[in-house]
Amino acid sequence: MKITSLRNGASLRTGVLTASALAVGLTGATAALAEWKPNRPVELVVSAGPGGGSDIFTRVVQAALTKNKLVETPLIVVNKPGGSGSEAFNYAEDNVGSPYKVYFGTQDAYVLPLGTKVNYAMKDLTPVASMVFDVFILWSNPKASGINTAQEFVAKAKENPGKVRVAGAKAKDADETVVTLMERAAGIDLAYIPYKSGSEAAIQVAGGHIEANTNNPSESLEQWKAGNQKPLCVFTSARLTDKTVVADGMSWADIPTCVEAGIDVKDFVQPRTVWMAADVPPEAVAYYTELMKKAMETPEFKDYTTRNVQITKFMAGDELKTFLAEQTKNYEKIYADNNWLLPASQ
Amino acid sequence: MGNFGQLMDGFVVALTMHHVMIMVIGVLLGLVVGVLPGLGAPNGVSLLLPLTFTMDPIAAIILLTSMYWGALFGGSTTSILFNIPGEPSSVATTFDGHPMAKQGEAVRALTLAFGSAGFGAMVGVVVITLLSGWVANFALQFGSPEYFAVYFMAFASFIGMAGGSPFKTLVCIMLGLAVGTVGMDTISGEGRLTFGITQLTNGISFLIVVIGLFGIGELLLTIDEGYKFEGVKAKLSLRVILRTLAELPRYWVTLLRSALIGCWMGITPGGPTAASFMSYALGRRFSRRGKYFGKGEPEGIVAPETADHSAGSCALLPMLALGVPGSATAAVMMGGLMIWGLSPGPMLFTTRPDFVWGLIASMYLGNVIAVVLVLATVPIFAWILRAPFTVVGPLIAIICLIGAYTVSNHIFDIWVALAFGLVGYVFKKLDYPLAPFVLAVVLGDKAEDAFRQSMLSSGGSLSVFFEGSLVATMMGIGILLLSLPLLTALFGGLFRRGAEEGQTSRP
Repeated sequence: MKITSLRNGASLRTGVLTASALAVGLTGATAALAEWKPNRPVELVVSAGPGGGSDIFTRVVQAALTKNKLVETPLIVVNKPGGSGSEAFNYAEDNVGSPYKVYFGTQDAYVLPLGTKVNYAMKDLTPVASMVFDVFILWSNPKASGINTAQEFVAKAKENPGKVRVAGAKAKDADETVVTLMERAAGIDLAYIPYKSGSEAAIQVAGGHIEANTNNPSESLEQWKAGNQKPLCVFTSARLTDKTVVADGMSWADIPTCVEAGIDVKDFVQPRTVWMAADVPPEAVAYYTELMKKAMETPEFKDYTTRNVQITKFMAGDELKTFLAEQTKNYEKIYADNNWLLPASQ
Repeated sequence: MGNFGQLMDGFVVALTMHHVMIMVIGVLLGLVVGVLPGLGAPNGVSLLLPLTFTMDPIAAIILLTSMYWGALFGGSTTSILFNIPGEPSSVATTFDGHPMAKQGEAVRALTLAFGSAGFGAMVGVVVITLLSGWVANFALQFGSPEYFAVYFMAFASFIGMAGGSPFKTLVCIMLGLAVGTVGMDTISGEGRLTFGITQLTNGISFLIVVIGLFGIGELLLTIDEGYKFEGVKAKLSLRVILRTLAELPRYWVTLLRSALIGCWMGITPGGPTAASFMSYALGRRFSRRGKYFGKGEPEGIVAPETADHSAGSCALLPMLALGVPGSATAAVMMGGLMIWGLSPGPMLFTTRPDFVWGLIASMYLGNVIAVVLVLATVPIFAWILRAPFTVVGPLIAIICLIGAYTVSNHIFDIWVALAFGLVGYVFKKLDYPLAPFVLAVVLGDKAEDAFRQSMLSSGGSLSVFFEGSLVATMMGIGILLLSLPLLTALFGGLFRRGAEEGQTSRP
């Protein structure tokens, strides 16, 4: 149901676009469509506090665009982390139609309304682009826990049901989600322990207090180099491509996928998404879509994706809408399985 | 010794004209940011971050850390003059700083604060220099039970040391814990005590609580009881400043004790705010003039300020060595580090020694510059104090409200601050101590998380808190601190009776 309605909405909008383009085409005003430009400062609204993953992503985009003079007006990063980030999207609802506010988030935009009471709905947002994917890796501390491979991890969890501890950032967020997926796929029972941030969780594993954690690569990279953590498997369907050796003669590409290792969880990734409010002028959406594409070509952004071992995949327009619809459906299922759905929407 | 050689290399990096200029600018910006409550170091640093994108990482981190030092110093200024803590960690400075200023000794109070803060910061930097390698490994030994033990010690020292009615202290702690509970719970991911108000889901910011309790509360009290500010008497002569600086070595016991507490709390996850409270509480207990604490006692300024700044400096070490930010400001700086292309963590010391040691060297210089600059601002602030209350009063009100708004740009927060202003006024009228309340708001949430994480990981057994030698020692000290008043009451009641009465009988 949901997909069809989304599809209809999408084709309707493109329909309107072509129609208006045709109508004004003869008068030579089509050029205006591509030429929309902000003439005052633009707010880049982040659905997270300063220092977090989404914040760094936004500031990299800001740095890439300003340093390469891709925009003429100032860009201002505004953090709105309230209500797990729903504050940012609620701000979009308050600023319907404003082309001077662009919103940066992850899957939070479409996942938040599933499990919590929020002050916005998906219809309040216009998807602009999805730029990169952060991947998730299962890590252990080989010295303290004796776990060197994903197989050993599963075996240990089977021997001690509910006793093997996995740390992650926050409750009912990406990390806990992937842990529940892992439990179901491998038929194991783990003890998930939430910390405030991914780096805090990583330190707990590096210090040998907890057996394993799930994390984005960059959050545990330094501990891997220092020999305090080891990647067991990556939650993607294909191995990572970066072949530069990181530690112990191992590169990112040498990490087996979790599917290879017998944990059937593939493609659990975190998109870095860009949004605008509802009812914004289509030419503004076109402008920012193009701008984000340009940002991805800058050396600053490329450095960022290399450093974070991200999967670069730019999506916009219909492709993005299909992707979002699929993602929302997946999450609805996971949330229903975990019993995390809001009572009202159950 | 290797560290010393590297530090010298660091000085070569930091001591260029360009970098010294950046330090001066950073400190000045920091002072402005620190003086305005609410704006604070984390906000200031994130405002400045875009400017650093085009700078090289060393200059950029020097700018940001200098701003941090400036903000830490600036935060004490408003604490002393207007009873509004500019930074959360300068709350404890208000306890004696503001009474001193009211008695016409504002210049002396400010000088004492800045002098001891400078000393604390220096001790902190020396600790970083000497122990950087060891500290990183030490910090890795901290699991959730150890975190809890650190918070427990902070609580215990405060409960055990506080004067006044223990019942009132308990009430204040409970209320503080309740305020700290508001918002999203880390462990369950559910909102608590939000009453369906979305603005409350992110919790009540500690800064807003403090602005309300102290700034607005004090303002209401002044209106009620009349203006007794003897700012006119404040002499702004250089001689007062110099004489006060010369007076500082007299407090060497307090200085050393506070610096040690500060370093300990900075390296462990306690942080500067808890350090300043703990140091104040222990100072009150162990100082011969402890019974005068809270009435404008110089040692009551020296203790929290020294601890605050040594903790603030030491807290940068876990950030660099582990990639775990010790404070909100450190979190923003860490984001900056990543944008500049550096990854904080155990390997940073080996991969970029020029950066790490340049930064450490700049901490020595930055703090010296900060002390000099901030002392130079003392006469300006003393001059502000000469204005009549009809001018200063509205000014304070405006600063408080703007401050509450700037914390996260929410109108709702202004109402929260006003509500806490009323709470502060009522507390003071009924003689309920504010300090335990504030401490509970700051640490309650973290202590709870650490406790529940420990319980989850041990399967619900309390014995985790006594299993490791580190955690058992800390818990032991905590319990000892907690029972100290009981013990002294039992064994030394006869000797100390006079002093106890001095503490309990507050006007």
